Amino acid sequence: MRNESFILLGVAVFFGITGLVYWFTSYEDGGTAMLAGTCLLGLLPGSYYFWWHRRMGFRPEDRDDATIEEGAGEVETFPSSSIWPFVLGMGAFMLVLAFAFGMWFFFPAVGLILTALVGVTAESRRGGHV
Amino acid sequence: MTDVITPAITGDGSRGSVAVEAPSHLHEEHGPTGLLKWLTSTDHKVIGMSYMITSIILFYVAGIMALVMRLQLAAPNASLVSFAQYNELFTMHGSLMLYLFAGPFAFGGLANYIVPLQVGAPDMAFPRLNALSYWLYLSGSITMMLGFLVAGGAAEFGWVAYAPLSNAANSPGLGPDVWIMALVLTGFSAIFTGVNLVATIFYLRAPGMTMFRMPIFTWNMLVTAILILIAFPVLTSALVMLFCDRHFGTHIFSVQGGGSPILWQNLFWFFGHPEVYILALPYFGIVTEIIPVFSRKPVFGYKGMVFATLSIAALSTGVWAHHMFTTGVVLLPFFSLLSLLIAVPTGIKFFNWIGTMWRGELQFSAAMLFCIGFLLAFLMGGVTGVMLASPPIDFFTHDTYFVVAHFHQVLFGTAVFAGFAGIYYWYPKFFGRMLRENLGKWHFWLMFIGFWVTFMPQYIVGLLGMPRRVAVYPSNLGWQSYNIISTVGAFIIAASFAILLWNFWVSWRHPIPCGDNPWDAHTLEWFTTSPPPHHNYTHLPPIRSERPTWDYHHPDAPAIPHGEGREPKRDKVLVSS
Repeated sequence: MRNESFILLGVAVFFGITGLVYWFTSYEDGGTAMLAGTCLLGLLPGSYYFWWHRRMGFRPEDRDDATIEEGAGEVETFPSSSIWPFVLGMGAFMLVLAFAFGMWFFFPAVGLILTALVGVTAESRRGGHV
Repeated sequence: MTDVITPAITGDGSRGSVAVEAPSHLHEEHGPTGLLKWLTSTDHKVIGMSYMITSIILFYVAGIMALVMRLQLAAPNASLVSFAQYNELFTMHGSLMLYLFAGPFAFGGLANYIVPLQVGAPDMAFPRLNALSYWLYLSGSITMMLGFLVAGGAAEFGWVAYAPLSNAANSPGLGPDVWIMALVLTGFSAIFTGVNLVATIFYLRAPGMTMFRMPIFTWNMLVTAILILIAFPVLTSALVMLFCDRHFGTHIFSVQGGGSPILWQNLFWFFGHPEVYILALPYFGIVTEIIPVFSRKPVFGYKGMVFATLSIAALSTGVWAHHMFTTGVVLLPFFSLLSLLIAVPTGIKFFNWIGTMWRGELQFSAAMLFCIGFLLAFLMGGVTGVMLASPPIDFFTHDTYFVVAHFHQVLFGTAVFAGFAGIYYWYPKFFGRMLRENLGKWHFWLMFIGFWVTFMPQYIVGLLGMPRRVAVYPSNLGWQSYNIISTVGAFIIAASFAILLWNFWVSWRHPIPCGDNPWDAHTLEWFTTSPPPHHNYTHLPPIRSERPTWDYHHPDAPAIPHGEGREPKRDKVLVSS
């Protein structure tokens, strides 16, 4: 995790410095706000990863000499199929169409989105397929 | 697509690649079949392929729009399309190519398919989020195309939607609204894919696959994903503000209510310039995968490549206002300096690509030819980019065809030359069959010639003063001959893409099986079967360098000093999954 966190902390350092230089040379607030936001975007996950690195040390995928056997065991549970991303996507589709074409798209959109959120949560708890 | 059967034979026999048994039926999921299978699939390979097919269809649609525009411009006062239709065409051409083809093809399609394979992962970190990304992308694309069907036609304000042109008074109708909503959908799709890629690369690498052993393609996709997370939220929020200005009476971008039109440009280009590198970095990665394979060498200057990618990405986020030099309210020295600095890491990359080819055993396959075409095209686009980074030149050429030629050379060089290099390179992995090399070479040479014939005259006509985004132009300024040459070039490019379709057709009807590793390639995705089984790997080779598949197949090859500890081991170990 160390190199990963360094990349994100590097983002924070670069945009922190750039943001300071930009502010004191231009006094333009829009760009400075975006650069500051970008600095935070690197800082928050970067320090979180670094904190995890301090707790976990080097994982097998961080070590040059790790063998494949060290990765044995369950990697993660991957759903092999699920209908809910499609339902959620269509809900989002109808939701934006509601903003363009009128509110009569809004109610089916909310229905689809809620159904999908419930469905995907239930599926995660159950660990099953469609 | 999923019923392609791959005979487990070795590449061409002579290279002695080891065929891993392909018990794909053992690993097939027990789920729905047919259309429902596609709708419910969370397999990164199916989703990646859906992304690629959708984006290539949109690429052809946008290409046809370009041909109509080139026909209109072949004569000074042509009336093939009306002014409004011309505005719709260039807006939708740009929007489709940039938002819906070049980006999603790379980070939604190729990255989705290749990155989990290259790091030795069974899938993306969040498979259902990945599927949601695709459905948002597809519905966003449909929403974008709906613009042609609504009253008043599609959006007419260019792909940049500058305020105040994009407000409700200057761009009335539904077309701009569906354009905004399409980008909101595809923006979320890109953000979710970015999150997914970062998590996959950080958490799902195989043991021994350290960060500095990852293939450069994966590195570039990681950096692209971080850039997406920096840039796309800004675009999405700016679009929401624009929509509020149009419909809810806010005055964020209008002078009358105390807002600032320049704020739109600041927000848009804070997204827009990283976006250019979101479109470029994945393609740099593709080229960096292909050139070493067909030079029979490891990539030259691996760490230099990684740090060049990181610094390009960092610098690209600090240069947004070089699109706004002529507004008169930006800090010229700051943005000019940072823009010029990007040439340094890009130059390092060029040096490394050439260094990789230097004294290698070059094989001029179709994929390699496309990479060389990319190098030349991107070099030309990059050099004119350095010129444009200088404010005095930019003031002179702003909004002329010089800029059009510049960014078409950059983006055509990356998204088209390198993108199709990637297709020719990875197609055997996707389908277990080869594309015809001779047709690929015809495709390359026609496209290469058409590319220069199309875009070089645009530099000249731009320097002569022809503005962009015009449907007619005066006939007495000597612009027509350049425009005719450019139109001819565009049709040569179109012919080359007809050859690509023919190549797909031939490969579909008369398959030539390719085995697992037809190119004797370096990276992990060539270790598994073609196409890879569900959850990708039954075995993994030991990972002791940044090219584990090569090490496995060439245990006696002299190790080229590069990094440490590269003792390839022969033992093949089972990963329990």
